[in-house]
Amino acid sequence: MGILEVKGVNKRFGGLQALGNVNLSVAENTVHAIIGPNGAGKSTLLNVLVGKLIPDSGSVMFDGQSVLGRKPHEINQMGISRVFQTPEIFSDLTVFENVMIPCFAKRDGAFRMHALESVFHEKDIKAQAEAMLADVNMLEKSHMVASSLSRGDKRRLEMAMCLVQDPKLLLLDEPTAGMARADTENTIALLKEIRTKRGITMAIIEHDMNVVFSLAERITVLAQGTPLVEDTPENIKGHPKVREAYLGEAQV
Amino acid sequence: MLGLNKSDFKLFLIVCLLALAAPILLNPFPTDSALGQSFNAGYPALMQRFVIFGILVIGFNILFGLTGYLSFGHAAFLGVGSYAAVWMFKLLSYNVVPAILLSVVVAGVFSVVIGYVSLRRSGIYFSILTLAFAQMSYQLAYSVLTPITNGETGLQVYNNDPQILMRAGDPTVPHLFGWRMNDKTELSMGGWNFVFENGYYLAAIFMIISFYLAIRIFRSPFGMMLRAIKSNQTRMSYTGLNTKPYMLAAFVISGMYAGLAGGLLAAMDPLTGAERMFWTASGEIVVMAILGGVGTLIGPVLGAGLIKYLENIVSKINDSILHSWFAFMPDWLDNLLVGIIHPFIGKGWHLTLGLLFMAVVIFLPGGLVQGGQKIGALFNRKKKSDAADGATKPAE
Repeated sequence: MGILEVKGVNKRFGGLQALGNVNLSVAENTVHAIIGPNGAGKSTLLNVLVGKLIPDSGSVMFDGQSVLGRKPHEINQMGISRVFQTPEIFSDLTVFENVMIPCFAKRDGAFRMHALESVFHEKDIKAQAEAMLADVNMLEKSHMVASSLSRGDKRRLEMAMCLVQDPKLLLLDEPTAGMARADTENTIALLKEIRTKRGITMAIIEHDMNVVFSLAERITVLAQGTPLVEDTPENIKGHPKVREAYLGEAQV
Repeated sequence: MLGLNKSDFKLFLIVCLLALAAPILLNPFPTDSALGQSFNAGYPALMQRFVIFGILVIGFNILFGLTGYLSFGHAAFLGVGSYAAVWMFKLLSYNVVPAILLSVVVAGVFSVVIGYVSLRRSGIYFSILTLAFAQMSYQLAYSVLTPITNGETGLQVYNNDPQILMRAGDPTVPHLFGWRMNDKTELSMGGWNFVFENGYYLAAIFMIISFYLAIRIFRSPFGMMLRAIKSNQTRMSYTGLNTKPYMLAAFVISGMYAGLAGGLLAAMDPLTGAERMFWTASGEIVVMAILGGVGTLIGPVLGAGLIKYLENIVSKINDSILHSWFAFMPDWLDNLLVGIIHPFIGKGWHLTLGLLFMAVVIFLPGGLVQGGQKIGALFNRKKKSDAADGATKPAE
């Protein structure tokens, strides 16, 4: 039993079958990549996992509980954190505040009326945020407003915001999309570091093969809304079906 | 101190001093001088408006300043608060305690209902929904609900009202356990005449408490969540936070501030009418907040003060006052100047306000507070060039 179990998920948008009988099992403590050409249904699948879309049929179980019909904040509280294609951070707040907010969410739940307490007195939360920022080498930028960070640092900050919650599963939606080569390399290094240091289970949606093959331990190939194969990176590389559907196109 | 950090505490002290010493500070000119007659603002009726509208805009700023949700119907809560207070005067007695308590509670309940519906939408749709609710309240108060609101005439206390807690010898004006709101102490010094009125001080103390609570809210984790909502709601929900209760709590707190202001208005003068809920009254609150500086602590107080000052002072100036100022000039120049200024004074004070508002929005989008910071920075630069260091952060 994996920590995330997707069974027989179907999703239609009008006449388009975006997901057709998708089965997927993400084992605990692995990095599982989901790849596929454009329009293969990767983003639809991700949106189903985080509660943004409700599938027409099928089940999605996380850690023994169904995620279907739950709101994004409830799914996060179950232990799934999500990194977006373009970093979603609180741009008007400082870097430090950005990291404090997930700490509050983790400690106090989805809502707490703490209107007359002072942020200055939250020693535990501050210590947590500080440790996290030190971990991603951003401590000296704590007091910068998040919107003034470089793109790479924004990605780093978003990652820190997810990791500080100590999630059971980290979902990454094309974490290197639109990045320069150097930034891509940095992100790969950061993710590898997180993987070895924290042993977090990750599900990565990506179409950059370089990223996938240097990180993933399992790979699922999606094409036209259905999974073609699921295997280790070594086997996927030489798989004829995959070459045909995906890598073959890329080699032209 | 008091759970505030150093600079917040300093700001809080300044506001306390300004509020308590207002009857002196707002009378800079001798009472009987021409300038004093025109520009002194230290009389109770006006000072009450400064602090009461201060409370109103401080509350509005908790919603608009922190979450960015622009409520265009805040006057509804003010009006509801006033009606609740006057009803307490009619049913119980002229004591202001139950009146003010009920006005806050009723405005709170009312804002739960309006907030629950309006907060389903954001941006302009939220503003329109709140505006629609406020206009509905106004129309209801004006016509359908006449038994409760006394319609066009306005609600007031009559001799045959029950006033069941009224004992013989109780004052027949609003009072705090016998301490009459309209009692005043006068102090004459030289040409100056200072008036200290009980009602003003009650309102000022409420304003100080409201201001203190607002600072606490701004600096609390709750305040941080509200700013996070303004910044990025997507990230907020993917961080495991439910934005709805946060928004509703901010809306209700802000509505209760407005209710308190409404209750105090009634406590100063025990009558009220539907026009307090009219949409122009809601618009005025928005203008006050923007003029002072949205999202800052002191901005709302400054904005409310400035508008009430202009409303009362500029609208009082008329042509003959102008002629007396320019009397030393040759007649043709005197007439020319009066002719130029004429549209901006008296009934034309809205024109002055409009121009001022445009100037602030164009040149100081951060409101008067930003202006203050710019001036502060100018002085700091000078100080820095004089002495090596001396960087003092301008108080927000």
